[in-house]
Amino acid sequence: MALLQIAEPGESTAPHQHRLAAGIDLGTTNSLVASVRNGVPLVLNDEHGRALLPSVVRYLADGSTVIGHAARAAQALDPRNTIASVKRFMGRGVADVAHVESMPYVFEDAPGMVRLRTTQGAKSPVEVSADILRVLRERAEASLGGPLTGAVITVPAYFDDAQRQATKDAARLAGLDVLRLLNEPTAAAIAYGLDNASEGIYAVYDLGGGTFDISILKLSRGVFEVLATSGDAALGGDDFDHRVYCWLIEASRIGPPSLEDMRTLYMEARRAKEALSSADDVHVGLKLSSGDEIDVHLTRDAFAAMTKTLVDKTLVPTRKALRDAGLSVEDVKGVVMVGGATRMPQVQRAVGEFFGQVPLTNLDPDKVVAIGAAIQANVLAGNRAADEDWLLLDVIPLSLGLETMGGLVEKIIPRNSTIPTARAQEFTTYRDGQTAMAIHVLQGERERVTDCRSLARFELRGIPPMVAGAARIRVSFQVDADGLLAVSARELGTGIEARIEVKPSYGLGDDEVARMLRDGFDHVQDDIAARALAEQKVDATRLIDATQTALAADGDLLDGPERAAVDAAVRALAEVVEGDDTAALRAAVDVLGRATDEFAARRMNRGIQRALAGRSIESL
Amino acid sequence: MTSDPTVPGLPDVELFSRDHFELFALPRRFVIDERSLESRYHELQSSVHPDRHASRPEAERRLSMQWSTRINEAYRLLRAPLTRARYLLELDGVDVAAENNTAMPGDFLMQQMEWREALDEARDARDAGALDELARMLRHARRDAEALLVRQLDAEHDTAGAAATVRRMMFIARLAEDIAEAHETLDN
Repeated sequence: MALLQIAEPGESTAPHQHRLAAGIDLGTTNSLVASVRNGVPLVLNDEHGRALLPSVVRYLADGSTVIGHAARAAQALDPRNTIASVKRFMGRGVADVAHVESMPYVFEDAPGMVRLRTTQGAKSPVEVSADILRVLRERAEASLGGPLTGAVITVPAYFDDAQRQATKDAARLAGLDVLRLLNEPTAAAIAYGLDNASEGIYAVYDLGGGTFDISILKLSRGVFEVLATSGDAALGGDDFDHRVYCWLIEASRIGPPSLEDMRTLYMEARRAKEALSSADDVHVGLKLSSGDEIDVHLTRDAFAAMTKTLVDKTLVPTRKALRDAGLSVEDVKGVVMVGGATRMPQVQRAVGEFFGQVPLTNLDPDKVVAIGAAIQANVLAGNRAADEDWLLLDVIPLSLGLETMGGLVEKIIPRNSTIPTARAQEFTTYRDGQTAMAIHVLQGERERVTDCRSLARFELRGIPPMVAGAARIRVSFQVDADGLLAVSARELGTGIEARIEVKPSYGLGDDEVARMLRDGFDHVQDDIAARALAEQKVDATRLIDATQTALAADGDLLDGPERAAVDAAVRALAEVVEGDDTAALRAAVDVLGRATDEFAARRMNRGIQRALAGRSIESL
Repeated sequence: MTSDPTVPGLPDVELFSRDHFELFALPRRFVIDERSLESRYHELQSSVHPDRHASRPEAERRLSMQWSTRINEAYRLLRAPLTRARYLLELDGVDVAAENNTAMPGDFLMQQMEWREALDEARDARDAGALDELARMLRHARRDAEALLVRQLDAEHDTAGAAATVRRMMFIARLAEDIAEAHETLDN
């Protein structure tokens, strides 16, 4: 550390060394970027003066990519290659995604996370999100006049580890240095609380395009302390659109619409929903490409009735958060409304009735999260002003635990624990002479493993043989300030250690990541060098398995000599995995990566061909 | 607060290994001034929290996370009466959770069974009102136990008696969790 640095940490050493930092609200429907300039947080507009960037990405056959307003306009034209609401797929498998049947996309169920098949190949939600983030980064850099030191990216408070990790990966892929993942309701509370100098218990009700969060915070003398948070990671404005969409089809007595008509109807449903926030009645009249005509009226009351179950669904987590905080509605001083979906009158009414007070809607519900993120980013980048003395204490939304005997989950860190936090638990062997222990990390509130989300599995090997119950294995969980988990296990007698950063496989193989990086994605830094040897071994083993699976499926894509080269690289890697030479391991992984590069490209092509087989040119 | 001479802004490393009461500059006893606890918590986190060290070198950021984790854990244990009492007994070398020491007075065992039955009945009848009533009774029982602990720990230094009271509170806490879960099931 430099001896001459005498400034307090967090305070900038000199005023002119202002570091450029941005807050990004990566939303389901729209995304925004904001930054603090001359002490004032501002949402940054695009060159047409628009703040909102629709979170829509269109992949064209010529290899180009369109993002934002133009992409949104093309939804009905090119539904399959135009990805909207991608946030719903982050860190999710096909089975987790609601309304798959009414989505125009071709899903591939990759391990850990779905892929969307487009004319540019299968896209991971991480890649699609990275495309959105890149536009915002470029907007911020153009507007601020230089490269960003870093950014705060907001996530729904109820996002689990897989979804958070996927978001962080997307940011890195977009060339952003992530200063912090910040919970959306907490960001809103910062913006609201600092602006109004509030004190007391506040609830933040955040209904976005695809996610619902409720957070209960205590604001006292510059400290924002989250007491409890809850939510539903798959409930938002999109579900209201879906109800209207279904109603339009029923009321008009039309059959299942084509992909293009489906998109048109969804856009009409959204328009009707938005219109009903200020009008009592809306007319939907249009002619579909099928020739069917839609000519119906929707009243505000009918809309409220058909979406009542959705609104009621938000009150379940709200009650739970209050219970977890040990509070009742009378303790709540104010309810801050966040997210575009809170503009719906029936939502405001229900929230007002529940809390017995008129909710606070004086901040723009679309912008407040980005503003809060910008304020936080400014401070984290080291631009804290001397008088800017506030502190944020946030929690994890879901309990973290381990699988124990009989498929049950033992909770290690309960939900609503303040982060950063760490907890350890000791386990023992259950068989005589047992030399390995499987560790299965889970997230969720339920008792059974099958009802929780699996985050990672790893194995502690090399336990010296002892009688059952004699070994003492200490498993430690550490959750950092981003809410991300690292797990390590250690046999206390011998000190044998296995360690893992819980990084749920989001479906990008190591070779694919390498390819994406070579393709010019400016990854901020490759941290492989810093990883522990043990983790490298896990990665190497996974790479060998992935390669062998790929060879079994598509081995015919390689000719004799090519196949021999890949096999040799696999054998070489399998050999060094047994040893302890980090450099050799890295080199062997590299060799295998290069040896399978062409193979991966051919497999991708075959995937596209399979996808297109049996369809005419016109339908593309 | 004395600061770590090697890392400005972080407390002296020596403080890290002190007990939770010393960390929060509180006397080692069951009755604590909750407002002092909270303001000391905020004061400590204001200097150690990772957000205050985000733009600093990696080694300092790691230290800051360890400090912040340590303080969160200590605050959690001191804030709730049950965990605070358990911790006080631990400092005295009494292991409350020792498996071979589960003997409870007969009247409390009877009480436990009655509460369990009441919970099962309310759950089966999907009766939220009955759950609330049971939760209210448990709150009373918890307050009584806390009052007892004040005497046992701070006045009489009756560690064996206090350990029994803590075990009783642990049972009450588990039952309260089950009630909350039953509420959730009703909600869904």
